[in-house]
Amino acid sequence: MTQTPDEIRGRRQWPLPKLADPAAPLLEVRDLKTHFRLERGWVRAVDGVSFSLADGEALGLAGESGCGKTTTALSLVRLLPSNGRIRGGSVELFGIDLVPKSERAMQRYRWREISIVFQGAMNALNPVIRVADQIAEPIRHRLGQSDTAAKRRAAELLDLVGIPRKRLGAYPHELSGGMRQRAMIAMALACDPAIVIGDEPTTALDVMVQAQILLLLEQLRRDLGLSLILITHDLSVIAETCDRVLIMYAGKVAEEGPVERVFREPRHPYTRKLLGAFPNIHADRRTLEVIPGQPPDLLDPPTGCRFAPRCPFVMPVCSEVDPPEVRFDDGVRVACHLFPSSDEVSGASPATPTAAGEDAA
Amino acid sequence: MSLRYLARRLASAAITILLIVILNFVLFRMMPGSPERILLGRIPNVSGEVVAATRERWGLDKPLFPDQFVAYLAATAQGDLGFSYGARGRPVTDVLLQKLGPTLLLFGLGELIAIVLGLALGAYSGWRRGGVLDHLGNGLSLILYSTPYFLLGMALLLIFATGLGWFPTFGIDTVGRVYSGPLDQIADIGFHLALPLATVALGLVGQYSILMRSSIVETLSEDYITTARAKGLTEGRVLRTHAIPNALLPAVTLIAINLGYVVAGAITVEVVFNWPGLGTLTVDALSSRDFPVLQGVFLLLSVGVVLANLVADLTYGILDPRVRT
Ligand SMILES: Nc1ncnc2c1ncn2[C@@H]1O[C@H](COP(=O)(O)OP(=O)(O)OP(=O)(O)O)[C@@H](O)[C@H]1O
Ligand code: SF4
Ligand SMILES: [Mg+2]
Repeated sequence: MTQTPDEIRGRRQWPLPKLADPAAPLLEVRDLKTHFRLERGWVRAVDGVSFSLADGEALGLAGESGCGKTTTALSLVRLLPSNGRIRGGSVELFGIDLVPKSERAMQRYRWREISIVFQGAMNALNPVIRVADQIAEPIRHRLGQSDTAAKRRAAELLDLVGIPRKRLGAYPHELSGGMRQRAMIAMALACDPAIVIGDEPTTALDVMVQAQILLLLEQLRRDLGLSLILITHDLSVIAETCDRVLIMYAGKVAEEGPVERVFREPRHPYTRKLLGAFPNIHADRRTLEVIPGQPPDLLDPPTGCRFAPRCPFVMPVCSEVDPPEVRFDDGVRVACHLFPSSDEVSGASPATPTAAGEDAA
Repeated sequence: MSLRYLARRLASAAITILLIVILNFVLFRMMPGSPERILLGRIPNVSGEVVAATRERWGLDKPLFPDQFVAYLAATAQGDLGFSYGARGRPVTDVLLQKLGPTLLLFGLGELIAIVLGLALGAYSGWRRGGVLDHLGNGLSLILYSTPYFLLGMALLLIFATGLGWFPTFGIDTVGRVYSGPLDQIADIGFHLALPLATVALGLVGQYSILMRSSIVETLSEDYITTARAKGLTEGRVLRTHAIPNALLPAVTLIAINLGYVVAGAITVEVVFNWPGLGTLTVDALSSRDFPVLQGVFLLLSVGVVLANLVADLTYGILDPRVRT
């Protein structure tokens, strides 16, 4: 059962923000640059990332540890660590740019429009407040509902994510890891947001529980028409749950496109390496750290392509010029010099490049 | 808080008090100087018979164990702490009760002010880390923290009592004054209380503020604070409902531990201001080797510390659901 964008936006229980442009896409991130200030300079954790998210769509965000996935997610709601700053680009929600918003104005968008399920709900839940009260909190204070109404809604939400009624009064430490993550998901749904971000929502859970949580997310997405950004190390999870996938490398987009296309015919050498590390996506749940070499230091990234030092196809131009992003007819976007941005190549199905060393993958 | 937790805390407090009672006995029997010498100190050339009679009257002729020990335990359990060697043989319990009020007034109120003020200041400067008030408060807190009580007390005394003459220099009330009513008396006591109270409160506020500040700073870096912010709650609400309740946990424990050290402070502050409390009583009893009074004071103060820790444990049990099992 697929829903059209119109139906999904019609599902909204709250009017769009005042400044919203109803014709604009749900989320449009353009050339986002989020850096962290250190004494030695700026860590360019996210350095020119663009993507969009349509109503009801699920976007998977993958890449090695430290490539900027979490920073990208936190930039959307502007919850960066104190030394982090968005130094360029825009984050448009319904056509409203959130980057220049004041902290006060930004608070109105958090949780009501974009909520986050953080990694490891053990620490993401307040240990001294009952779980149901933590879920009710945004309903009361953000939606202005009464105490009793908020409590009732919190109970409904716990029902929805499969937490038994009798655990309503539980504190976080009284729940299992899986239950806590379910509670976290219930909390993320509290204000019926347009977008839910899951930042590695299943890491630190055992495999059985991981599968259950993913199933729950998938089911909620279908039933509620959520738009989802799912951050994970696990490509098989993206293959199972997402419509589109965005592969990040060292703060930049390497490749982005529909899941079937990218996984069937990976174009960027980094994507190929990643997928090569997963001979069978559905059977093998290995992590991504299997490619030889290290990602570059983001304090002082190399000029040109940031993957060049590890790339088996590296060409002289690669370490000189930033590879431009090329968009193909099948909706895939790649930033790599193997795919020049001239018209003859773009659109045509590109020849699969080969190079010595790739067979190792 | 579960009944089990409550019972365990109470039992542990009771056992600690019993150990203190025993230690108190042992410690004072080990002290140098024989009690009958002090009892008969002012009478020159006492005969052996008089000494023997005195020993018998005070039960000092009996063996330490079990006779003296059992008698001591039985009497202590009934609130009978013996008689003062000095103060014309008044019961120690009477002497203690008379001095307890002023000490409780001074230190109870001082602790309260310091806790409220210190926690508020610490929470605020931790929240606004790097701000003007943080730098100012941090510097001031460190200075106050490192200033010994007697120095602080002397400074206040010199400036506001001897120098400016705004406050009296010693005692709890004006000697020989006839009060026109209870309000008049309260005003007079308050007047005398001001400087010693300021000394106690200022001496403690720095520690509590530093403690709370670091606790808040640490708490603010926790993941659940990011969650609270992600919920779009205002900074004030994040602080009040998420950061402070968690940051209070280590503060409660440390304040309780601190109460033990307050006893040392009590002695100096009371002596500086000649405050008629347990502190001055201790010093007087020490110099006159009034062992029963000393023993009583030590017992009372130790029990006080145990009770303060019990209160802290119970407060912790209320604040933190994780210990309620
Ligand atoms: N507060 C900070 N100050 C300086 N550098 C930071 C800070 N936070 C993150 N970084 C750096 O920014 C880069 C991106 O970090 P980020 O947490 O976004 O990566 P990630 O893709 O989420 O990684 P992981 O898979 O491990 O969660 C990393 O190189 C990291 O070291
Ligand atoms: S641009 Fe060059 S170095 Fe970078 S991925 Fe493509 S081929 Fe490899
Ligand atoms: Mg991350």
